[in-house]
Amino acid sequence: MKVLMLGWEFPPRIAGGLAVACYGLVRGLVHHGVKVTFVMPLRTGDEPPNGYRLLGANEIDIPFTQSVSLPPFWHQVTFYGVRTVLGPYLEQLLEPELHFEAVPEPVSVSSEGTLRLEFSGKYGTDLLNEVYRYAYAVSHLAEREEFDIIHAHDWLTYLGGLWLKEKTGKPLVVHVHATEYDRSGENPNPQIRAIEQMGMEGADLVIAVSFYTRSLIIEKYGISPEKIWAIHNAVLPKDRQPFERPPTTRKVVTFLGRVTYQKGPEYFVEAAARLASYLPEAHFVMAGTGDLLRGIIRRVAQLRLGARFSFTGFLPPAEVERLFDLSDVYVMPSVSEPFGISALEALRAGVPVIISRQSGVAEVLPHALMVDFWDVDGLADLIYGVLRYKGIRPFFIRHAQAELSQLQWERSSARVIEAYKTLSV
Amino acid sequence: MKHICLYFQVHQPFRLRIYRFFDIGASQDYYHELNNRLLLQRIARKCYLPMNDLLHRLIEKWGKERFSVAFAVSGTAIEQMQLYAPEVLVSFQKLAETGGVEFIGETYAHSLAALKSKREFERQVKKHVKLMQSLFEQQPSVFRNTELVYYDQVAQWVGQMGFKAILAEGADALLGWRSPNYLYESAAAPLKLLLRNYKLSDDVAFRFSNREWSEWPLTAEKYARWIADIPAEQQLINLFMDYETFGEHQWVETGIFEFFEHWVNLMLSEGYGVFLTPSQILERHKPAAKLSVPMPLSWADSERDLTAWLGNELQTDAFETLYALEDEVQSIQDEAVQRDWLRLQTSDHFYYMCTKFFSDGDVHKYFNPYNSPYEAYVTYMNVLADFRERVRKYASDPIVERSDSA
Repeated sequence: MKVLMLGWEFPPRIAGGLAVACYGLVRGLVHHGVKVTFVMPLRTGDEPPNGYRLLGANEIDIPFTQSVSLPPFWHQVTFYGVRTVLGPYLEQLLEPELHFEAVPEPVSVSSEGTLRLEFSGKYGTDLLNEVYRYAYAVSHLAEREEFDIIHAHDWLTYLGGLWLKEKTGKPLVVHVHATEYDRSGENPNPQIRAIEQMGMEGADLVIAVSFYTRSLIIEKYGISPEKIWAIHNAVLPKDRQPFERPPTTRKVVTFLGRVTYQKGPEYFVEAAARLASYLPEAHFVMAGTGDLLRGIIRRVAQLRLGARFSFTGFLPPAEVERLFDLSDVYVMPSVSEPFGISALEALRAGVPVIISRQSGVAEVLPHALMVDFWDVDGLADLIYGVLRYKGIRPFFIRHAQAELSQLQWERSSARVIEAYKTLSV
Repeated sequence: MKHICLYFQVHQPFRLRIYRFFDIGASQDYYHELNNRLLLQRIARKCYLPMNDLLHRLIEKWGKERFSVAFAVSGTAIEQMQLYAPEVLVSFQKLAETGGVEFIGETYAHSLAALKSKREFERQVKKHVKLMQSLFEQQPSVFRNTELVYYDQVAQWVGQMGFKAILAEGADALLGWRSPNYLYESAAAPLKLLLRNYKLSDDVAFRFSNREWSEWPLTAEKYARWIADIPAEQQLINLFMDYETFGEHQWVETGIFEFFEHWVNLMLSEGYGVFLTPSQILERHKPAAKLSVPMPLSWADSERDLTAWLGNELQTDAFETLYALEDEVQSIQDEAVQRDWLRLQTSDHFYYMCTKFFSDGDVHKYFNPYNSPYEAYVTYMNVLADFRERVRKYASDPIVERSDSA
């Protein structure tokens, strides 16, 4: 079985859980003998090698042409009346981008007269343009790659997946790691939402990272339940020595994630405010960055908790591991979390986790400490309990570690293969 | 003939390094050694050494009776000179030997302790007085609080410590219709007040090289004439500024050194005025009125208040958290703890957290090692978290304290 996998992130280029999940899944599939080619926007060459093929969209040769014939589904987007700052319709937005001579800078021309598009691979203001360019580039793999299944991760790659399906007739699997409703609450970005809708409708199979996400896909996007499989993420085994902890009586309470609406950082701060005087030994760490960070810092100052808080900004993977080793409890108060792979990473490091009931990972960790994200008092109570009552920690670690041992990528990938097999490959 | 009082502030903070969460409990190395060293050496080269030279020449040329100046040098600046550029200290000592320099008292750490704690304030002032005595063989009798922060309570404390006068900002809020060009007296304590003529001071300190200023270019002749034209009864002209004005804020290329030298020569040769130190002023002037200042004033920004240091919640949190440690710190006999306690009080740390970047942003960005006030706050609080742990360790572990103090 050959899978052409489309993704936006792959280690070491990590912004969140997406890269970690893609990496684990690819390794699991390879373990079961599936041949995987993973196409990311930009390949830098420092990605870990492991029996699969990595390809950058920036490496795909594109024959030069004055006009591009767009697949029929592009027009479906205009049907949703998507508005952008550049023009009222997606097609108009695409037009200048696809006339390559108009945008000489992000394109390189080879001696054979073919083009290569260039990508930042980041989540900048130009993200939508990159998404369209990525789709155009990968659509050229139809003629030169051999594969049985197209597997696209998150909305960023759905258009590319649809285009490939259009050209080759091969089945399309879309893998939903997060939806626009998780990221933005009840006010989704209409363009992104429209792309998600198209991808899920056009796919032959939808994989959701949790039952929580599966219900959301049914409820918000009206996708037929029969074609949605919930397959949980897993975690790679620990492959490192723990970092040494400096001797201290300080107890570290950690929040890790983008500091955005979705992750519920405000609830973390408010719980900390309730605990501060009861737990003088507690030190709170907020690792990550995002649009709420400045407001959060001001709130912490207002609460006079500055010396009890550390804001680390974005942390690269090695420092995340180091942070876990320094942590006494990991808190994930997400407002809406499709899965929450970082909770598994914390557990792997032996750190007790407190997760919101609004997270997919709760489904696989029945022994985890759980609380509704809005229940600040409940959250404070649990943090207090973990830090002060000696009984909870060993009990929790024992059960959670047992649960964790079940969450192997080999198992999750086997389920993915099972799902593949329902397609007429 | 005018009595011109030139006073220069010399101060450098110990800027913090990028101190991260991971460093808390693991590293007590708080300061950006390299930056602090490079900055001080640069300022020494561009300002302290050439300007000390110039002042030395002028004192020798005109005699200390006609040309004298005053300095307040913070303890942290002295420490940095000792560490990074000892020749600067020697140069100040040589200047002091001319007898044409008065050293003024201040808080050792250039701190805002006056807003928080009488005990800490007095401790720092005494430490600074001792330092001045040991370095320059002078006992300061005039005081200048950090950034000219002044109000009645400071006057009382300073008066009780035996100082005869204090320097303050000639702010409109304090003076009202009055002119800064007289000697005043505090209504709260037997203490004379020398008030900064902010217009004439800032013409040099801020506007000298500003080409959008209608008076640009400021020539020595013009500046001398402005001062000479002030009505005769307003005899006292207090020009207070950062010493770094010369060569650092205003680069050598702007002609600031030539301007200064020419202006001094002109004032003296034309008989427009003489340059006196604050103590000499006190001998020759009687206070024109008593002034009361219930709310703190400073020389900063257009508001002349404390909002540059304590204007937002980031600054308030940092400040309050720091001083909450005071009681515990006082009883700890550990040199490193005492050193860091002082260095963390330096007002610049709070200044970097200022968010009112729009009106006075240019000044705030100067020497600021941070990209944003949030970054400044986060770094400072990480350091403070570590410092607090060290302090608490002493408090909870009296054995450590005893063995150290023994």
